[in-house]
Amino acid sequence: MKFIDEFRDRELVQNLARRLGQLAWGPATLMEVCGTHTMAAARFGLKTLLPPPVKLISGPGCPVCVTAQEDLDAFLALGRQPHIILASFGDMLRVPGTHTSLERTRAQGADVRVVYSPLDAVDLAKQETAKTVVFFGVGFETTMPATAMAIKLAAAEGLDNFLVFCVHKTMPAALRALLAGGEVRVSGLLLPGHVTTIIGAQAYDFISQEFGVPGAVAGFEPVDMLLGIESLLRQISQGQVFIDNVYPRAVQAQPNPRAQKLLSEVFAPDDAQWRGLGQIPGSGVKIQERYAAFDARARFPEIWAELAPPPPSPCRCGEILRGVLTPKQCPQFDKGCNPSQPLGPCMVSSEGACAAAFRYER
Amino acid sequence: MIFEGGGQGPMAPDPSLNNHHKGDHMERVLLSHGAGGREMVALIERVFLAKYRAPGFTGDDSAILNFGSQALAFTTDSFVVDPIFFPGGDIGRLAVAGTVNDLLTAGARPLALSASFIIEEGFKIATLTAIAASMRQAADEGRVAIVTGDTKVVPKGAADKLFITTAGLGAILKPGVSGAAAVAGDKIILTGSVGDHGTAVMLARENLLQGEAIISDVAPLTELVLALLEAGCEIHAMRDPTRGGIAAALNEIARQSQVSLEIDEARIPVKPGVTAACEALGLEVFQVANEGKMLIFVAPEDAARALDLVKANPYGREARLIGEVKASPPGRVQVRTTIGTARILDMPSGELLPRIC
Ligand code: SF4
Repeated sequence: MKFIDEFRDRELVQNLARRLGQLAWGPATLMEVCGTHTMAAARFGLKTLLPPPVKLISGPGCPVCVTAQEDLDAFLALGRQPHIILASFGDMLRVPGTHTSLERTRAQGADVRVVYSPLDAVDLAKQETAKTVVFFGVGFETTMPATAMAIKLAAAEGLDNFLVFCVHKTMPAALRALLAGGEVRVSGLLLPGHVTTIIGAQAYDFISQEFGVPGAVAGFEPVDMLLGIESLLRQISQGQVFIDNVYPRAVQAQPNPRAQKLLSEVFAPDDAQWRGLGQIPGSGVKIQERYAAFDARARFPEIWAELAPPPPSPCRCGEILRGVLTPKQCPQFDKGCNPSQPLGPCMVSSEGACAAAFRYER
Repeated sequence: MIFEGGGQGPMAPDPSLNNHHKGDHMERVLLSHGAGGREMVALIERVFLAKYRAPGFTGDDSAILNFGSQALAFTTDSFVVDPIFFPGGDIGRLAVAGTVNDLLTAGARPLALSASFIIEEGFKIATLTAIAASMRQAADEGRVAIVTGDTKVVPKGAADKLFITTAGLGAILKPGVSGAAAVAGDKIILTGSVGDHGTAVMLARENLLQGEAIISDVAPLTELVLALLEAGCEIHAMRDPTRGGIAAALNEIARQSQVSLEIDEARIPVKPGVTAACEALGLEVFQVANEGKMLIFVAPEDAARALDLVKANPYGREARLIGEVKASPPGRVQVRTTIGTARILDMPSGELLPRIC
């Protein structure tokens, strides 16, 4: 595809890599906060292009990975109710819950369907009128508008057999928690282009203003990412810190007004539980009262009343999502844990840091 | 072939079958066991090979049977694709092409096929007739006859529409062509663009990206491969990169032959629509199935001649040399990316696009 190839050009990339070498004066730990960046970096071997003192680590941006174990357990428990169809993005299927996974519960007879969009789950509900479809609403600002549209569509069509289990999360609140926690010294943040098309680049201003950390909003092609890294290194070396937008072909400073209107109509801010980061105030959304008929939590309160907290696990995805540990530092990596036998979501998701390292960097 | 997916002769059993978690002590077959990646290899090793590994089993797509001076290739394959009609083909054409191509990978001339049908009650006879006609056409194109078969009808719901199993016999033209026979120095020819079949079926099934003209490449490659064999090209190994895509096929050969493969990503043709669809669906295009492509490992002195012969065939016009074989490290497939860096191309793992073939 022309549009994509232009941004993968070999020579351009090598030139950019040389420029990075001139900018990197000292050690710098840059975090790509988004799973799509994690995968692209691994797939293109970008880390091998960085000057040695510059490290690129992964952050809390893989939607499947940050989904709390108890939320997955609750979704699996919903599947044991009679006449329920669980609808989920495919990436979630093999993530181990406390007792089982969606893939295994399906082999035992639960009705689990893979969908590519929440709107597919609405279609499913229209076909399967004798059953209730529960869609697992995971992901950041990029997937939220589609879930909002699905809920509105189900309402407009008067469906009473479509529910959403909403565990959507918002990126800025998680970054604030991460920076405030101070566990890792991040010298710069590579911010995700697609999330930013929805929320606007100004949503990240607090990163530079309150924490003095530079940020760069970048797209997902190698050249985009290297431009972002270049901006971060330049900001560090010049001591001028702001939120740069190196993805102006898609991202603006202001939020997308239509998406924002849709989101505020269907969702209200809420606290959210994150794997590895715990409960973060204001980092998630709940379904507005007026759409409560489509809220799985409202329909099946007993599931949450009976839910036991998950037992400790040898998986260290939490530390990986906080940038404290790299996949290869996990003692289970490529030993007890691999993509066929994953111990945690980071090894399952196509955006997970462990899966990326396993697939492309061993 | 005896065991679809390549049995991985030298590979140790994979622990991935120990999949019970607390609360589920009964191991079960999962869809990922059928996806042509690590899980399938492990299932075949542990369940089937443990009970009936034949002497001389190689892990290739066809078994070799010796009768006096004549060596025969023997293979079988089942087809469960959903939907049964997709852009560029149907389950019948797929059932013929898949088995014919598996025979060809053994350096064999396809001789005869069997075709067995499991049909769901209520299936339209006109549809069945159309599929039979498509099979006849594919068989003619693949220069093979369908000589025997079986028909079973099961009650509604006991099967989904139609499943077809084909088996094939072929006469070996060039002995020793095997996934285990690639050697350092060999050049690797890919006969055309990758990812077409899996993407076409996926989009047809999910009704996604309508208007994108992505067409399955399903085709019997008899003429393309026989031209190479008849010209006496020094072919060492061939594999049709079906489930698991070229990622699985290249890893299988690297492991069977205990060699290292170096692939140049920029030389692998991918159609623009396929790239776009894979980006949208979050798929790695190298893991997506093909049904009318061949990976051919040829001695370096014959590489240019073989490439010309392949390109002379209508199914090989876009053929390219995509890489070469190195001695070590054994079992590794390394890709030089489009931006000039290096990365590993791993054996696919996990459920990917079920029921594409
Ligand atoms: S390697 Fe496996 S166990 Fe370790 S953090 Fe990653 S997913 Fe968890």
